[in-house]
Amino acid sequence: MVREAEPSLNEKQFVLRALKDGLRTDGRRPYDFRSIQISFLSEYGHVQIQLGRTRVTRVSAKVTAEVVRPRPDKPTEGLLLFNTEISPMASPAFEIGRPSEEEVLISRTIEKALRRSRAVDTEGLCIVAGEKVWSIRVDLHFFDHEGNLVDCASIAAITALLHFRRPDVTVIGEEVTIHPMDQRNPVPLSVHHIPICVSFSFFADGELLVVDPSIIEEQIREGDMTIAMNIHKEICALSKAGGIPLEMDQIIRCSKIATTKTAEITELIQKALADDKAQRQSK
Amino acid sequence: MSRLELLTVEGLRIDGRRPNELRKITAKTSVLAQADGSAYIEQGNTKCLAAVYGPQEVRHRMQILHDRAIINVEFNVAPFSTSERKKRSKNDKRSLEIASAIKQTFEPVVQTSQFPRSQIDIYLQVLQHDGGTLQACINAATMALIDAGIPMIDYVCASTAGCIEKQPVLDLNYLEESSDSPELTVAILPRTGKVNLMSMESRLHVDMLESVAALATQGCEQIHTILDSVVRQNTQLLKDSMLQ
Repeated sequence: MVREAEPSLNEKQFVLRALKDGLRTDGRRPYDFRSIQISFLSEYGHVQIQLGRTRVTRVSAKVTAEVVRPRPDKPTEGLLLFNTEISPMASPAFEIGRPSEEEVLISRTIEKALRRSRAVDTEGLCIVAGEKVWSIRVDLHFFDHEGNLVDCASIAAITALLHFRRPDVTVIGEEVTIHPMDQRNPVPLSVHHIPICVSFSFFADGELLVVDPSIIEEQIREGDMTIAMNIHKEICALSKAGGIPLEMDQIIRCSKIATTKTAEITELIQKALADDKAQRQSK
Repeated sequence: MSRLELLTVEGLRIDGRRPNELRKITAKTSVLAQADGSAYIEQGNTKCLAAVYGPQEVRHRMQILHDRAIINVEFNVAPFSTSERKKRSKNDKRSLEIASAIKQTFEPVVQTSQFPRSQIDIYLQVLQHDGGTLQACINAATMALIDAGIPMIDYVCASTAGCIEKQPVLDLNYLEESSDSPELTVAILPRTGKVNLMSMESRLHVDMLESVAALATQGCEQIHTILDSVVRQNTQLLKDSMLQ
């Protein structure tokens, strides 16, 4: 396993001094997100998200649907699966096959934010109760790691789920007909709400905080926190797993910052989806 | 399935508690003979066992840190702990996440710089799962670390709180957890009141966050009093037996 080279003491001091003056090394202010670019590929449910312009964090999400038997304890619910495997393409610190700690945390955060909070209506995925349900699988691929993989992945996953269209199904009595995509218009998934993850990093004993940390900020941070929120101001998941202890009102303040960021990002996603829809219809 | 009433009109919960009442807590230390420190905590029906080994030589030479000790946490849920027997794999993502969270919770608290090039192992076993396993494990780990004599800057006390029908409730049990009500786990350092770990899973409106978090903090302080009294009692017994 290759160990990532730690930033030098000079680099650490430089970043911290700049943060004390309210500046970040890439020119952003502490509460600024990097610019988010959403691109849709030809198939429904295939999305690529880029955070940043020159140094980018890039994640791609692909949604596929399959008809399977439901779980025995939940016969009327469909399945929603997330697969996150970070390859060494993103960063030499990751290894194929062996999930690193960071990978497990990213995977769990996405699952908590999207599955546990019931963003997708799983009951609507049922075809024949107890026998056939849709199993929706979201594959997340991480191409470039320039910090903040979690936020990028969550935006990619929810945008892909919103973009995806599954084949239409007709059930007449016992007979189930799955119409191919070219015969009948495919159906979108029923998404209740749009959870977006916003990550914070803390420095200098918890006094300085930044939103959307870049890779060097991630390497020298003392603590971090991720809040997944939707536009209705509901916190879908909150995770501050250790790191530097913080005052409670700092956390409350972070939740307020997350509210504004979530609204901005949701608007961006909606606009991108609308643009893509118009483009597909005009073709 | 009949709808369980989690909070009655009079303000009583399913086990007869009021919204701001903790479950009965009993804590014992030095329960294992081989471990350097161990603790057993019962919070209501949730039973958790913690064993601490350390500071000792690092097992994997690659992980040695030259200036401080590394903390290794293993979290295990017994298959007989829930009402239905369920075998969990060792590398279950959920267990790995909880282990990683506990490790990062104790890293700033344990004075690791006093033991460079060594390792402190914390093994956690959940014997009975009735809600609040993460918080019970954190409390058990704190007691076990104190029992092992490892220097820490403060206790780490954890508690859960939730929100049932807009009413913040303290210390959720399994039924309250498995319903869709939000569950917030908070671990604080009682002397400063700072939050070390905060974890929430289901949906909670941001305006309710402050009140639910404040209730959880109160619960943590109550737990701190209980754990502190157990530690002092045990030390008193030790002192008495040594002076005889």
